[in-house]
Amino acid sequence: HSATSCFTGGEYGKKAKKKSAEVDGEGSAVEEKKMVKSELAVAFPPTFSVSEIKNKQRRHFMFMKLKQEKRKQKMQLRKKRRKEREALGDKAPPKEVPKTIENQRVYDETTVDPEDEEIAFDEGTDEFSAYFNGLTNPKVLITTSDRPRGRTVRFCEQLATVIPNAHVYYRRGLALKRIIPQCVARNFTYLMVINEDRQVPNGMVLCHLPNGPTAHFKVSSVRLRKEMKRRGKNPTEHYPEVILNNFTTRLGHTIGRLFAALFPQEPHFVGRQVATFHNQRDFIFFRFHRYIFKNEKKVGIQELGPRFTLKLRSLQKGTFDSKYGEYEWVMKRHEMEACRRKFQL
Amino acid sequence: MQHDDVIWDIIGNTQFCSFKVKTKSQNFCRNEYNITGLCNRSSCPLANSQYATIREEKGQCFLYMKVIERAAFPARMWEKVKLSKNYEKALEQIDENLIYWPRFIRHKCKQRFTKITQYLIRMRKLVLKRQRKLVPLSRKVETRERRKEEKALIAAQLDNAIEKELLERLKQGTYGDIYNFPVHAFDRALEQQDQESESEEEEEEEEDDEDVGQREFVAEEEVEESDLSDFEVTLLSNDQQGATEKVESERSRNEEEDEEEMEVQTKASRSKGKSPANGSAARKKRAYVEIEYEQETEPASKSRAT
Repeated sequence: HSATSCFTGGEYGKKAKKKSAEVDGEGSAVEEKKMVKSELAVAFPPTFSVSEIKNKQRRHFMFMKLKQEKRKQKMQLRKKRRKEREALGDKAPPKEVPKTIENQRVYDETTVDPEDEEIAFDEGTDEFSAYFNGLTNPKVLITTSDRPRGRTVRFCEQLATVIPNAHVYYRRGLALKRIIPQCVARNFTYLMVINEDRQVPNGMVLCHLPNGPTAHFKVSSVRLRKEMKRRGKNPTEHYPEVILNNFTTRLGHTIGRLFAALFPQEPHFVGRQVATFHNQRDFIFFRFHRYIFKNEKKVGIQELGPRFTLKLRSLQKGTFDSKYGEYEWVMKRHEMEACRRKFQL
Repeated sequence: MQHDDVIWDIIGNTQFCSFKVKTKSQNFCRNEYNITGLCNRSSCPLANSQYATIREEKGQCFLYMKVIERAAFPARMWEKVKLSKNYEKALEQIDENLIYWPRFIRHKCKQRFTKITQYLIRMRKLVLKRQRKLVPLSRKVETRERRKEEKALIAAQLDNAIEKELLERLKQGTYGDIYNFPVHAFDRALEQQDQESESEEEEEEEEDDEDVGQREFVAEEEVEESDLSDFEVTLLSNDQQGATEKVESERSRNEEEDEEEMEVQTKASRSKGKSPANGSAARKKRAYVEIEYEQETEPASKSRAT
């Protein structure tokens, strides 16, 4: 009621009276709220958050104190748990598996089930079926973008030693669409174009030839042979084995088959060489090793050959045609990389 | 009307001309109507009453002629004639418009026109050839991807994965008879004698034989094997770890028993089955020797065997 008195006395006049009436109503409402709040406040201890302190030094100090408290509690909890585990000894519950991104991966509905008949049928009739039925032998043409510089050239040469039946050709500024019919005429099964930027390879277009899909990758972390530590001698002419790890989804399956068809079907086990394409979180790591079995439990591997990582950017049906091609899958960063636990391959 | 010489005297030699660009060897003229681009007495558009140029706009060539009577109205001073797209016809047009003009200007006009048509042709040809598409890289995105790649590399544990895969292939017999590890059977016996019965060992040997016949296309099969989802893989690895832990604890219990019993067991397990290769003979001797001397060296040999 003290609120009403200070409004009526003074400059406002008649309007003030009306206003004071409204204010009165509001004032009483506010007072009621305050009463309610104070009741609530009485129920719990008064809490305040650290962020409400205006003074930076004090706020920082309180925050540090808060963190220390939390840490202390965490340590106490840990100690307690450890004591319990030791006390129980053998009967202790098994250690919990820590969460990793792979554990928490969002389930992809296109994950391939090994017994799926539809997929088996698809794979029996897709563009790679000719290779997997043993009808064609892989023959790879490796080339670069215009005017390649030293590193890219050396990378192409090393790739040609790693992939059997591969030939490197200098790209004389020719259009890919003109190269492809010539390749098909000479029975090539793969066209690999290494794109270069600032003297370093940074992209790869892998085109399966008769009329197969074209994949465009981003290439990163290229290590040539002489940059590798503890590497072995140069790879021999034996056909290497192929390891494809973690290609789980439908898209991953297609890409896996794309890589598998680069190498001949019958690997020479005598050569003891293995090429690995390992997919982890949508990055495909390529490694080339020579292995030796010391006994049945241990194998030693020695890295030879170049290593690089690939990241799939787009998969296009049919041979290379960037304007009119039909894209099966394109990397759309905002949609696909929004969730950290969702992967495409 | 205009005193060309006076103008040239001022801008050409002594005083300042804002269109002049001086270099070590030559002077250039930046005036857009200049026919040769050099700063000369005969090429200066300001110091010549009778002047003509060829200029090109969006693929169209025009002949510009200076009408000195309109020197007071610089905006209307230049007269424009559109030249035909046909090269010869355009040259005739230039000739007919600049009839009676000094030889120098006619010649230079035609030269300039020729150069312009040549570069227009080259532009049209280049458009038909391969166009290079420049894709801008966002620095933030690139650093983010690089970091993700590093983390993925650490998570991948490539060496372990490759070794595991190779050992699995060996176990399943994809390599056929190339690698003879006859101690294979004895090792397995050692491992499992504490845990499982002999019937299970026989079953496993039979399975190996069957697999050797079945494996055909290595490349294709690998894709299917790696289709195990990550969950299954981690669970399996946990089980294996549990198994090895059990084995080790039982091993430590065994050490406390009589050493003689151990000797008897090992000898018995080795005598059954195939003939031992050199490796197992050496191992047999080694075990015997170590048991004679000290107990402490035994756990080392056991862990190597497993």
